[in-house]
Amino acid sequence: MTDSAVGESLAEVTGLGLVRGGRVLFESLSFAIRAGELWQLEGGNGAGKTSLLRILAGLSRYGFDGLVSRAEAPLYVGHQAAVKGLLSARENLLWHVSGGCAFADEQIEQALQRVGLCGFEDTPSHALSAGQQRRVNLARLFLSDTRLWLLDEPFTAIDAVGVSELQDRIGTHVAHGGAVVVPSHQPLQVDHAVHHLSLDGARIS
Amino acid sequence: MLLRRQVSLAIRRPIEIGNPLVFFAIVVAMFPLGIGPASEQLAIIAPGALWIIALLSSLLTSDSVFRSDFDDGSLEQLLLAPQPLYLSVLAYLCAHWIVTGLLLALVSPVFALMLNLPAAAVGTLMASLALGTAVLSLVGGIGAALTVGLKRGGMLISLLILPLYIPVLIFGTAAVQAAVSGAPAGPFLALLGAMLSLAVALGPLATAAGLRISIDA
Repeated sequence: MTDSAVGESLAEVTGLGLVRGGRVLFESLSFAIRAGELWQLEGGNGAGKTSLLRILAGLSRYGFDGLVSRAEAPLYVGHQAAVKGLLSARENLLWHVSGGCAFADEQIEQALQRVGLCGFEDTPSHALSAGQQRRVNLARLFLSDTRLWLLDEPFTAIDAVGVSELQDRIGTHVAHGGAVVVPSHQPLQVDHAVHHLSLDGARIS
Repeated sequence: MLLRRQVSLAIRRPIEIGNPLVFFAIVVAMFPLGIGPASEQLAIIAPGALWIIALLSSLLTSDSVFRSDFDDGSLEQLLLAPQPLYLSVLAYLCAHWIVTGLLLALVSPVFALMLNLPAAAVGTLMASLALGTAVLSLVGGIGAALTVGLKRGGMLISLLILPLYIPVLIFGTAAVQAAVSGAPAGPFLALLGAMLSLAVALGPLATAAGLRISIDA
């Protein structure tokens, strides 16, 4: 992955406001995500972390005030595993809807190994546990060269070893000029400066 | 590549491919039982009946084009993909047509036989079904995209797309009727082809917009 210029803005949000169910989740929120930055979104359940992430990703296009702009399409890992039960892990990555066919077999095998699914490449995904299916989806992080990552609570259902591997991967990615936005209840243990955006009262630090 | 993925997914669920065909067979078998086996009577209604049943089975399968991807989160990833949504949707609907409409068109001579359709018209029946079901798949995609986010959208999709299905029905049956009576069916098939061109050009655009709206909610 090419190193992008430090400080290059990968996504920008201006004057964002969102009302859900009569509650104002946030208003007049403005920030920019630059290359090399790691952001953690904090807030209790229902504070609007997932909504904000989806707005950033471009999945939610209506129903909010303000402007969002992106330099390029981000890599988004949502709550759902996005894994087809009928396809094997390898096929899920090879035929991924976002253009996965660009990956060679060795790359896919290596990625599956990094997420701890060595030996499960060819089992149909419906035979994998929920945590294993999430790992198949997370294998995309080891394959893709998208710079902006939006990971919605990626540590859910992942065991301790997997969590530390994932945090390493996130750390490497931002060190090489990517940017990662992670809503997470657990504090991130990464060797990198973390920008905190707290949605309970919309504080940025 | 998307086409390959969708067709592989469909093939691994043979029940989903078989269902519409079984439905078609059962309904076709009911006509002689309900109307009486007099062969002239059956032959008169055969073109219309075959087309109506094809339309209904297309309606049944349209709902599921995007549903499984919506349920497991793959649809969100499709919307974020770098390739244009128009092409992705076209691939999905093409795969859908291959395992439903095209299959039906290829198997239709068997059903035509059950309803006493004159042999001269069978070729036109296959051609009209192939073209017509392609239009039905493309139009059905619009309804499917708009209702995929709803928990119980079942009948709503029918209300949305049946009006758009009707021209296809009219010209499809007209083509087969023409072949039965010896008149050239070419003009009707050409009209179906024109509808297909329009559907290919505009349908995926509407479907893509519908998907974005459904995912947003």
